[in-house]
Order: sequence, then structure tokens, then C-alpha cells
Amino acid sequence: MAEIAELKKIASQVRRDIVRMVHAVSSGHPGGSLGCADLLTALYFNHLNHNSSFNMDGKGEDLFFLSNGHISPVWYSVLARSGYFPIAELSTFRHINSRLQGHPATHEHLPGIRIASGSLGQGLSAAIGVAQTKKLNSDDKMVYILMGDGELQEGQVWEAAMYAAHYKCDNLVAIVDWNGRQIDGDTKDVMSLGDLPAKWKAFGWYVMEMDGNDMSSVLSGLQDAKARSGSGQPTVILMRTEMGKGVDFMEGTHKWHGVAPSDEQLADALSQLEESQGDY
Amino acid sequence: MLSDYQSSGKKGTRDGFGDGLHEAAVKNYEVVGLCADLTGSLKMNKFKDAYPERFFQVGIAEANMMSLAAGMAIGGKVPFTGTFANFSTGRVYDQIRQSIAYSDKNVKICASHAGLTLGEDGATHQILEDIGMMNMLPGMTVINTCDYHQTKAATLAIAEYEGPVYLRFGRPAWPMFMEDKPFVIGKAIHMNEGSDVTIVATGHMVWQSLEAARSLAKEGIAVDLLNIHTIKPLDNEAILKSVGKTGCLVTAEEHQRNGGLGSCVANLLGSKLPTPQELVAVNDSFGESGKPTDLLDKYGLSVDDVIAAAKRAIARK
Repeated sequence: MAEIAELKKIASQVRRDIVRMVHAVSSGHPGGSLGCADLLTALYFNHLNHNSSFNMDGKGEDLFFLSNGHISPVWYSVLARSGYFPIAELSTFRHINSRLQGHPATHEHLPGIRIASGSLGQGLSAAIGVAQTKKLNSDDKMVYILMGDGELQEGQVWEAAMYAAHYKCDNLVAIVDWNGRQIDGDTKDVMSLGDLPAKWKAFGWYVMEMDGNDMSSVLSGLQDAKARSGSGQPTVILMRTEMGKGVDFMEGTHKWHGVAPSDEQLADALSQLEESQGDY
Repeated sequence: MLSDYQSSGKKGTRDGFGDGLHEAAVKNYEVVGLCADLTGSLKMNKFKDAYPERFFQVGIAEANMMSLAAGMAIGGKVPFTGTFANFSTGRVYDQIRQSIAYSDKNVKICASHAGLTLGEDGATHQILEDIGMMNMLPGMTVINTCDYHQTKAATLAIAEYEGPVYLRFGRPAWPMFMEDKPFVIGKAIHMNEGSDVTIVATGHMVWQSLEAARSLAKEGIAVDLLNIHTIKPLDNEAILKSVGKTGCLVTAEEHQRNGGLGSCVANLLGSKLPTPQELVAVNDSFGESGKPTDLLDKYGLSVDDVIAAAKRAIARK
């Protein structure tokens, strides 16, 4: 289990993978991927009790699901670097005949992926189904689900939120990437989310807030959330992140949601990120 | 032979689903049920009462239900979702497409109150496009059953089958005539041998076609009758064999002409064996409130409509 200093180094390599993958195919979503690099690194290299020799049913394992599937680069990098598939395969991202589809899918049997995502708003429901199945199977492991904040504009999310509280899904931790941005602009301008903590609380959830770009905050936040298991209440972590985190010119704007860097921009970005584990 | 299929009374196809689900749950403890506030309408109470811990009331939230079911399938459950056909398809098409079909999840989408025979509730609920929507999804098995017994048998069969399934049935009490008849997914049932015209029927229209075939027999017209409960994968072999013998056919379904059984059969015959075909189906129209049998008459799905279509098909040979 990697500790903080090592996790930060891994996260830097994951960020290099993200910008290189997106640059290589001139498409993909670097902004949200960079913002969530610390969370996914913490999950796969420290927090989750998981098995990289992949079993679809995930019995006896903590499971992670990604609902905002467009940030696939960060997930693919972390999955490859934690042993689910060869790191060299990251070079096939978004190419024809690849297992690394633009949005995560099971169709090509990429280890680590259990359900397709991309069309937003469905992941929380699916993760609740997984969590309830764990209870039926007397499996005491946890289920984690990451959503975008813009994604909360989908009505199905609130159907699922109501359901999880009704069924006391306390083996489930939902994490919202609260970066305040979406494709068309800032969420407050596109479609205001209002008082997000109060909304989740009103739906019956235990609400936590955490700095998603501070590794020690992420580790302790995940531990605190996991400790809520058995409380009879689902937990949501509203995770403050900076879209584009780690690459200065990608921070502070929504413009890098789904845009690839040029050759010069790639060089600039890589100069800001330590190559700690070796590039693919 | 036509005489092998006599009505032993009436029951809803949905009753067959309810009894089949209960029996499937007895056999396999991985079977779970989800319902969007229509437990009574779907006849899921028998299952719910026997296995309350395996029944999930979702409330009026069908999108959530479909994705929940996909999640339960990941952990090895065999989820059966229950709501009306309208809310099982069009309302949740994207959830089915991404989370179930594309993700190849072992979910059984069980859809009641399909078609005009829903009756008085009217066109908002009488879905006539669902077979087409489900047929278009790669990897989806599509089944439309004809009576209580066939629906029960189909429910048991899909519990054993690995992969996503759309099972379509209806509301009204309907003649029962398929007791103890074998049910194999994708295998048409050859109900009568005849050389003059083929009738390929699905769902409630199997009984209408059976009655039409009895009437035509009295006029000396021998119908080769196929009960096509599985629309996808279609039993190509059975249809080609029958049409090869008769040289013309009628397809009969409680669905739009576009995208349903008739379209699938035309797709097959157009490429393999071009044959004069008459479609008994709803002609690009929504339904309306009324008694089921009155609606079948008004929208061209009566026994007389099947008879007339058979005669038109024969005349085109």
C-alpha cells in the first residue's frame, strides 16, 4: 500500500499519461481527468481492497465505478499502472481495434471495467445495484462511485439518491467531482446546482466535503467515508477539485474539458509533471 | 394440427409471468425482482411474498430501475424488472442501451400491458413500437408470448438463459391453449401443416391466427401456421421452410408495421426467398381508449383481418 509521498509521485505519472494519451489521438477529455488523478491514485494504490487479476463479479473486493465516463484517461492510466492490463496498451487509447474506448466499455473486455458509462446519470444507480448485491451475498466490501458535478443535472441521479437512502445503502460511497465546470462553462452559469450539500442531506445522505487535490485530505476522507459503513445511511463526498490540476494553463477554465493539447502545449505540460514511473 | 389447440379458459399472459417468476425464484436463488410501483399489475406479489429480501420496490423511477438491475447482474444476480411495456422500453431506452445491452448484462426486462389490448387506458400506455426498439439493440433477445402457459414457460426459460432479454406480454384475460407445449428460445412452434399459405404470428395474434386458420380450413384453404414467440433471434429456418412450401405468407402482430415481426420477416425473405407477404399490424397509427376486442377490430387485427390477408397473399402467388 503506497504512502503519501509515493502516491503523489504516481499521480504525477498518471497526469503525464493523461496528457500524452489525449495528445496522441488529438481527442479526449484532459481537464476532468487531471482533476481526479489524485483520487483515483489514492483509491487504486492505497484505499481499495482490490484484485488486479480481474473478476467481473468482484466478490470479496471493494469496487470502483466511473459514471462520468469521459474522464476515461485517468481511469485507464491508473488501471494499467496498478496491474490490470499492460501499460503499453495506453498508446492504443481511442484508436481503432483498441480495448481502450473513448468512454469505458465492457464490450472489448478491458480488465477493470464492469459496465459502460458515458451517457451520464446512470452510474449511481448501477453502483447501488452492486452494493445491494454485496449485501445479499454477505460480502462486507465497499462500493465507490464517481460522478461529475454537471452530471447531477441528470434527473436519474436524484431517483437513485432517493432510492439509496430508502434502502439504507451504507456500503456505498458516492463521490462528486465538484470542480464547478462543464463543457459549456461554469455550472453556476449553465445550470446552477444550488446548495449541493443541502440537496444531498435533504435526500437522506451523510454529506462530507474534501479537497480532492490534496493527497492527505483524500486518504483521510476516504477512510472517514468507509467508517460510515453500518450507519444505515449512504455517504456522499463532495470533492473540491481543480479541472486541469497540475498543468498550469489548463487550470482555472472549462476550456480543457474536451480539448487535446498541441505539440507545444504537450511539451509545456510535461515539463510541469515529474516522470516518476517511466512513460508508456 | 389445429384441433390440438383448444382454449381451456382465459387468463392473462401476465399471470403466466407472475407464476413463472415465482417458480424461477424457487429454482434459482440468484433470481431477484425489481418493480416500479406496479407489483399487482405485473402479478409479482407471489414472488414478493415468498422472497421479500429478493424483491426491490423501486417506486416510480424506471430509469433508476434499469441501471440498478444492470448493477445487480454484475454481482451475479439474475434480475427481472417489471413494469408496463411503455415504461420498459421508450422511457428507458438509453439505460437499456448503455447499461444492459452494450454492457452485456444478464437482465430480464419483463414488460406487461403491451399493445392495443391494454384497452381503456388509451394510447399513452398502448405501446406499439417496443418490439422494434428492442430488436435494434445488438445482443438483445426479444420474446412476445401468446398465452398464460407460453408466458410461464418463457419466464422459466429466460431465467436459465445468459444474456439480456426483452419479454413482452399483455393485460387482458386471453384464451389458454399452449399447456405442456415445449418452449425453446428462438425455436418457432409449428402449429399446423398446410400448403396454401403460411401465417407467422406472435403474441395475442397467435390465437387470432389460429381462429382464422380454422375458418379458412372450412373453406378448403390449408394454413401452415407458425407460432413465433421469439422475434430475435428469428427462426429463419422454420420460416424459409414453410414459405418454400406455401409460396406466400401473412405476418400477424399487435405492433406497428414498421420495425416489428413483419419487418423482420420481410428482411429475411427479401434477401433469401422473395415471397408475397401481407402484414396484419397497426398501420403507422397510435391507439385509443376502448375495449380490447373493439380496438383489435378497429385497427385491423381481428380474425377476419387475418382471413382477408391470407386470401390476398394467396391471390398474389
